[in-house]
Amino acid sequence: MPKGKTTFAYEKCKGCLLCVAVCPQKILYQDMTTLNRAGYNIIKVSEPDKCIGCAFCAIMCPDSVITVGVEK
Amino acid sequence: MEVKYAKTKGLTDKPLTYCPGCTHGIVHKLVAEALDELGLLGEAVGIASVGCSVFSYEFFNCDMQQAPHGRACAEATGIKRVRPDLTVFTYQGDGDLASIGIAETIHAANRGENITVIFINNAIYGMTGGQMAPTTLIGQRTTTSQGGRTLAQHGNPIKISEIFAQIEGVAYLERVATFNPKQVLNAKKAIKKAFTYQKEKRGFTMIEVLSTCPVNWGMTPIDALEWVKTSMTPIYPLGLFKDKGDFHE
Amino acid sequence: MGRILMKGNEAIAVAAIRGGIDAFFGYPITPQNEIPEYLSKHLLANGKAFVQAESEVAAINMVYGAAGAGARVMTSSSSPGIALKQEGISYLCGAQLPAVIVSVMRGGPGLGGIQPSQADYYQATRGGGNGDYNLIVFGPETIQETVDIMKEAFAIADQYRNPVLVLVDGLIGQMMESIDLDRPVKERNLPPKDYATTGTRNHPGRHIINSLYLDPLELENHNKKLQQKYALVKAQETRYETVDLEDADYVIVAYGTMARIVRSAMETLKKLGIKVGMIRPITIWPYPEAAFDLIKADCKGILCTEMSAGQMLDDVLIANNGRHKVAFYGRMGGMVPDPEEIVAAIKNFSDWVVK
Repeated sequence: MPKGKTTFAYEKCKGCLLCVAVCPQKILYQDMTTLNRAGYNIIKVSEPDKCIGCAFCAIMCPDSVITVGVEK
Repeated sequence: MEVKYAKTKGLTDKPLTYCPGCTHGIVHKLVAEALDELGLLGEAVGIASVGCSVFSYEFFNCDMQQAPHGRACAEATGIKRVRPDLTVFTYQGDGDLASIGIAETIHAANRGENITVIFINNAIYGMTGGQMAPTTLIGQRTTTSQGGRTLAQHGNPIKISEIFAQIEGVAYLERVATFNPKQVLNAKKAIKKAFTYQKEKRGFTMIEVLSTCPVNWGMTPIDALEWVKTSMTPIYPLGLFKDKGDFHE
Repeated sequence: MGRILMKGNEAIAVAAIRGGIDAFFGYPITPQNEIPEYLSKHLLANGKAFVQAESEVAAINMVYGAAGAGARVMTSSSSPGIALKQEGISYLCGAQLPAVIVSVMRGGPGLGGIQPSQADYYQATRGGGNGDYNLIVFGPETIQETVDIMKEAFAIADQYRNPVLVLVDGLIGQMMESIDLDRPVKERNLPPKDYATTGTRNHPGRHIINSLYLDPLELENHNKKLQQKYALVKAQETRYETVDLEDADYVIVAYGTMARIVRSAMETLKKLGIKVGMIRPITIWPYPEAAFDLIKADCKGILCTEMSAGQMLDDVLIANNGRHKVAFYGRMGGMVPDPEEIVAAIKNFSDWVVK
């Protein structure tokens, strides 16, 4: 399995959860204790090591919040 | 670490004005990525229409014109006829294209105007607060069809791709969706193909994208994706409607 | 080239070519069809753009697109067709785009008729589009003057980034006159079209053609800029002609076709020993109010004549500002008055006084 890394531009996140819904590894969750300046609960990665770098989350993100890297 | 996915430079840094989870944002990315990847950003002129996407002139990182409601294809015609070297596209919703602007759109298609139309079909008027669209489904509740759209009162939802597929001037026409990553990637492929056809002067190209309006549908963004899949695609089947290989000139 | 005999509408088309037209978008309507017919042949033969649009609405929006891309672009129509273009005209003004619009007036309201009329003065100068905007409107009297204005119109539109409307009626459109196409046009220093959407490859930054300002303060500031521009147009472009005005006991105000009829009437009136003069607005927006200051203090009255129920009359009353008695004589529906009717209106001035 390739190893991936997601980076979130949190201030642009609107907490819509589309990324959470499509993550095949089920490692994204909405942090109900952290708001960004726009007032949205942001998305975090529960187990970063499990990320496979598929970029489904980034592909579905309407606000271009997520950058995905993969280890070669 | 190699970057696999990052925000495209085909979009500006301006935060999108769409509601959370609205798939307008996804389609914006696809159009911007397609223009960037094809090297067309520097020669592109987009037409922002009236509706939720009216501010798209602030989002697409290329020259833009904002058109009166429904007139995007007329604007695009004007630009393309005096500057055929430019890549011209419109970005229109279902109210703009399928209702008030159907004449401008159908005649641009019939003339085989060498432009690309991105048609967002979310079966509702979003900007004005959830009124019935020409594409609203039978039974669908909106603020102007509160008991659900009925056949007797408003007729059937209009099927734009089915109608336009019969027009000779249309070079390429596909209906796509954005309800999962596979569909999004497929939509991007279609949009890229449309711009490529325009570059090759093949004629009118249109991509109809089934899109969501979670707020006005009264659903979560995730449920809205599911509604596109289960309720919209039976009425608006996905797929290729027209692919005319021969050249326009 | 010398003088040639030409029909008004065709002369308009030829003059547009002389003025540097790049593109024409229009929709057929009587009595202006010779304009698109002529241009369809000549523009396409010279690598320029011509589209017969699906409607007047589409045509004016094609104008908007092409003007936004930096072209010299034109449309023409007649009364009900110009009514349909009002949406696009308002947008052109809001987005500050240059364009030339020719309006060949016919009788109204509604479908009306196809005979010459001046009942679209309000439409031209007050507009049917939304918002605080003005067109630069010319109301020429002869085919020669129409040609001269058409040749200059694109440059005026470019200078102010505003549509220019050339307002004639079916009579000027349909008749033939001897014209000189080579009369010199005023040289203008035109600003570069640094707004045109020609692709970011061709200019620094992004160019956006837009008339949307959701912030009311921003929109007010945009409007202030437009108003400053209109003030400049008033100061620099107002045009009129006066005829025998200095010692006139009666002053007739007329533009376009009506001025032709007034000239004949004036000859008769002079033979009758009546001292009569004329103010002929050439621009009807901006309106030549200053011409009314040239009327002598003991003038017996001003007669406004139009082929309408009295639309320019409003501007005459404003310009007169209560100084003299104002009368109105007009015909409607495509009826063109005889000079004798104007003579009679002066002879029986008090019968026609409105204020």
